[in-house]
Amino acid sequence: MAEKMLLRELALVIRSKNAGPYQWTFDIIFKDDNIFERVLRGGSLTRELFALLYGVPVDNVAVLPYPPARAVKITMVRPRPSGSPGETDVYGAQQHGPLLDLEILLTG
Amino acid sequence: MEEIRLLAPTAILGYGFPADSLQRGMAEKPHLIGVDAGSTDPGPYYLGSGKSFTDRVAVKRDLLLILQVAVPAGIPVVIGSAGGSGGNMHLDWTVAIVEEVARELGLVFTMARIEAEFNRDYVAKELREGNILPLPGVPPITEDDVLSSARIVGQMGLEPVMLALERGAQVVVAGRAYDPVCFAALPVWKGFDPGLALHLGKILECAAIAAVPGSGRDCMLGVLRKDHFLVRPTNPDRACTPVSVAAHSLYEKSDPFHLHGPGGSLDLTATAYSRHDDRTVLVTGTRFVHAPYTIKLEGVRRAGYRSVSVAGTRDPVMIGLIEEILDGVKNSVADNFGRKGDYFLNFHLYGKNGVMGEKEPLQRTAHELGIVMEVVAGSQEEANALLSFARSTLLHFGYPGRLSTAGNLAFPYSPSDFEAGEVFEFSIYHLLNGADALTHFPVEIRQVGGEPGSG
Repeated sequence: MAEKMLLRELALVIRSKNAGPYQWTFDIIFKDDNIFERVLRGGSLTRELFALLYGVPVDNVAVLPYPPARAVKITMVRPRPSGSPGETDVYGAQQHGPLLDLEILLTG
Repeated sequence: MEEIRLLAPTAILGYGFPADSLQRGMAEKPHLIGVDAGSTDPGPYYLGSGKSFTDRVAVKRDLLLILQVAVPAGIPVVIGSAGGSGGNMHLDWTVAIVEEVARELGLVFTMARIEAEFNRDYVAKELREGNILPLPGVPPITEDDVLSSARIVGQMGLEPVMLALERGAQVVVAGRAYDPVCFAALPVWKGFDPGLALHLGKILECAAIAAVPGSGRDCMLGVLRKDHFLVRPTNPDRACTPVSVAAHSLYEKSDPFHLHGPGGSLDLTATAYSRHDDRTVLVTGTRFVHAPYTIKLEGVRRAGYRSVSVAGTRDPVMIGLIEEILDGVKNSVADNFGRKGDYFLNFHLYGKNGVMGEKEPLQRTAHELGIVMEVVAGSQEEANALLSFARSTLLHFGYPGRLSTAGNLAFPYSPSDFEAGEVFEFSIYHLLNGADALTHFPVEIRQVGGEPGSG
């Protein structure tokens, strides 16, 4: 069975943060194992999606499922090093907003 | 030694913790109290300026509570990345607070002070010899980037702290250090498995963040044994669960399965998390994989001086034309001072794209905008002058269809402009390859407290 839902309906945690001064990392922790597995099978969370959403080259994005925490981690290169002139978010803690309303395919 | 118990009072020295939680932790007879004081999260300013991002009163409060129980109990206290950034100024700032607390409490102990600053010329030489490698996402650097850095620190591994403990230090104040070192040095020195010790250290350096509910302001206890470790919060209102502890290896890391550090990396691919009791999680399987020794270097350079002004507008005509108006202001500033490119003038538009800037995917604007105006220039006087001109130009800017001819901005403050002082930017975030674990981190032993001259 396949269906589409918003990411905010599926996750317990959707967060962004610096992983060092040159990268952002996004953690999506899903509500339960079943949702986590169906989201992975649905294949919506791709490097291409995040590259498009944040305007960065695909090569600068990594998407890593992390089953011990029912999580998917997305890491990408920051637009500028943390705190350089032009910075809008030194800690990178508020870059997750656009993820909440992503439509996610669940399969199986 | 069958097991070693490690107590983590707080995620960052100065963030605080409940005194009750510390007492409960001490009742478990820990062999060490560790506190990581550092982070690059608050940005480049603190490393550059030599200042702490935590407040002195708060740091003293934490140290007072910790030293008051640890010194009489005869257990070591290890502080990593002292003063937040772990440079020599940050180290001296922390050492002075430790000495002040010792004086006030009449405590006597042996202290180690471990430096972690790197000489620019030395780093430049290593760069020439090809031993400086960029971390992911970091552009390559030139010798000029190194020589123009205001301060460079390197993250020490376990070895300098082990040496300090071996020399009898009861309080270790270490400069910039790999986060788990303040917990893992003692057990690795005592012969415990480095993979488990470092993984436990990774969890403990954030105190009770890996518990539910999570908090960086509450205490966590780790119990390390031969082939596993246990972790639990000392506050009975919190609990560790297998998922909460597993999820912690996501936090602020780029890859939850492989955590790189000096001398090797933690491999978490075979790590298992299980419930030990209602509030305790048991962890097995983490392995330390040796690799050629590397030291992570962090450096910043001065980008200039900043002035800031904060204002708002709720004029719908102006909001509709805001981008054109701001371009007009930028041109006007450039024309008036006859210069370009040697200063940075920027407008943060809250209500439009203040949080995400050019990455904001939504094209939407609120009925009012918060405008943070900033200038970064070569001196404070220049920044003040350019900002003042930009602010008054925007206040009186004539745009098509303007009805509000008395002024375009609502200022919450008088004065409207603020000097924000020195601005720094990261210049180095690289690995130094093939470095010695001890050479760059001199360990100085000194006696604290007691009669003057008694040593």
